[in-house]
Amino acid sequence: MNQDTSQTPTGIFVDKDKCTGCGNCADTCPFGAILVDETAVIGEGCNLCAACVDACDFDAIYILGKKEAALTGPDDSRGVWVYAEQREKVLAPVSMELLGEGRRLADILGCPLSAVLLGHQVAGLADTLFAFGADVVYLADHPDLEGFTDERYSAVLTELITEHRPNIVLAGATAVGRSFIPHVAAKLGTGLTADCTGLDIDPQNLLLQTRPAFGGNIMATIVCPERRPQMATVRPRVMKRPTPQPGRKGQLVQVSLNHSGFKTSLMEVVQELTDQVNLAEAEIIVTGGRGLQSAKNFQLIYELAGLLGAAVGASRGAVDAEWLSYAHQIGQTGKTVNPKLYIAVGVSGAVQHLVGMQSSDVIVAINNDPHAPIFNVATYGLVGDLFEIVPALIEGIKARMGI
Amino acid sequence: MRIVVCIKQVPDAKNVKLDEKTYTLKREGVESIINPFDMYALEEGLRIKEKMGGTVTVISMGPPQTESSLREAVSYGADEAVLLSSRAFAGADTLATSKTLAHGIKKIGFDLIICGKQAIDGDTAQVGPELAAHLGLPHVSFVRKVREITEQSLTVERLMDDGYDVVRLLLPALMTVVKEINLPRMPSLKGKMRAKKIEISAWGPAEIGLDDAQAGLAGSPTKVVKVFAPQPRGKRELVVGAPAVQAASLLDRLTDDGILKISK
Repeated sequence: MNQDTSQTPTGIFVDKDKCTGCGNCADTCPFGAILVDETAVIGEGCNLCAACVDACDFDAIYILGKKEAALTGPDDSRGVWVYAEQREKVLAPVSMELLGEGRRLADILGCPLSAVLLGHQVAGLADTLFAFGADVVYLADHPDLEGFTDERYSAVLTELITEHRPNIVLAGATAVGRSFIPHVAAKLGTGLTADCTGLDIDPQNLLLQTRPAFGGNIMATIVCPERRPQMATVRPRVMKRPTPQPGRKGQLVQVSLNHSGFKTSLMEVVQELTDQVNLAEAEIIVTGGRGLQSAKNFQLIYELAGLLGAAVGASRGAVDAEWLSYAHQIGQTGKTVNPKLYIAVGVSGAVQHLVGMQSSDVIVAINNDPHAPIFNVATYGLVGDLFEIVPALIEGIKARMGI
Repeated sequence: MRIVVCIKQVPDAKNVKLDEKTYTLKREGVESIINPFDMYALEEGLRIKEKMGGTVTVISMGPPQTESSLREAVSYGADEAVLLSSRAFAGADTLATSKTLAHGIKKIGFDLIICGKQAIDGDTAQVGPELAAHLGLPHVSFVRKVREITEQSLTVERLMDDGYDVVRLLLPALMTVVKEINLPRMPSLKGKMRAKKIEISAWGPAEIGLDDAQAGLAGSPTKVVKVFAPQPRGKRELVVGAPAVQAASLLDRLTDDGILKISK
């Protein structure tokens, strides 16, 4: 960073008269970008995160040249909003999880919690949103919103946010949320953090957004200090689903649709075997890898998954061999999942697979190679022939179920 | 048809190691590759060009060494390559990145923009939809199949969490693609020759008419305040014995942990 203010009007600067060289800033810097040579010297790695500004007891570090004013400044925005996702008139489980988390954040900030519900003939879902903690539900109910298109949903949500200026907007990190929420954030010119696994409020009332990066090898906490709203998509199944309070009341605000001339049309919606494909929301996943040896042998995986009420996953090897469709693929070039229980059968556990599932609560690995890397992340490792162990598991479960 | 494909140079995941003490990524000596999802975007761009005629231009924002990935893209069959590179672009979050790409792509001209669904280092999946917003385009994410393309419209299958949707967009438009969409080709000999010789346009803020305040760190509303190691995984246990014993022990443990509730 250039510290000569005459040439660089923006950036981070050290007031050498105030700096005592105490080194607090260097200890605090998450990027190791500060050296202390009599006074603090801020180097190339600086990300303008301002952690050092807060850490300095002598007000010696300051940032100049803040960005142009955002759509809404931090001071005049208010309220926590949750995008309540529904598909085929059924609320996505993540919507309830977000209401629980949104309620917690709203209570810390002392502000109302609102839900935004878009669709057609979905008004009946509003009571559920109230029961799960919403004070206000903004409802846009229109035939044009019957199915999801990025263009329409983005237009409506962008307009609502512009009008009501919430402080925080949360949405599920689902196929829908991760597709249209970035469009909304860019239209508003504000920041967005993807696929968060932790949220909190800091002493300055900023939203702390924590997400895994590099496949979960590191965690990063991100803030959006100057622009509003502060926006995040949140990974399903991370936040706790709250206990609903049936009969809890709130304010329903009907929103009209003022847009036309859309360039996107939804032609068809095809739902596949929901229970066995929806990996993002699944509590239990049974995944098969190359060790299964053939598409036919996946029958074993399906049988075990069926007994456990689990979704079926596949390693990249199994998908490349065309034993299962890409929708089942878990890992870096497939989906990231975090079920309560993940059972990996005949999966060796290449790093590209591990990054897609290592945040699961409990991992069971069944593999005949005791050195397979999957065992490094397995809560319970079963070394042996899957063609003996899986049938034994199936028999064991059936016996316990009494069938 | 003017097709623009966005690519990103990323560290090859299989070689990235974590420093056990500092929990930072050891990047030294790690090979760089074209983000895998962008390879499917490029392949789809080439296939559409072969069907419809036109050009495929690859564009990337990154440090000067990103040029090697752009040359690689040319070896697969891209016609032109543009590098957006400047110190002013450094430290960009997804908003500043997409803004910068939008200015570059506006200068190139386009009918269809194709991106990979996400980059494997950042995993945000945000740059594609944000780019569409800056350019005022309709977009569709997670495309697994192009059903039909005409001069006026694009009809695709979009992968959803529980199946797929069929979506039609009027062009110009933007799509992001998943792995399932195609099997990328190998580079051709002719392509490799072109890749060596081709002049790659390198544009900074002035060339694309972007104010420094909208690029890089200055144009990024989000800031990283903390980087830390994830909680280590808890206990690990080998469950031993004959298969029937292993199975029974496992079911006992999962039941005791409250993970499984099997009842008659």
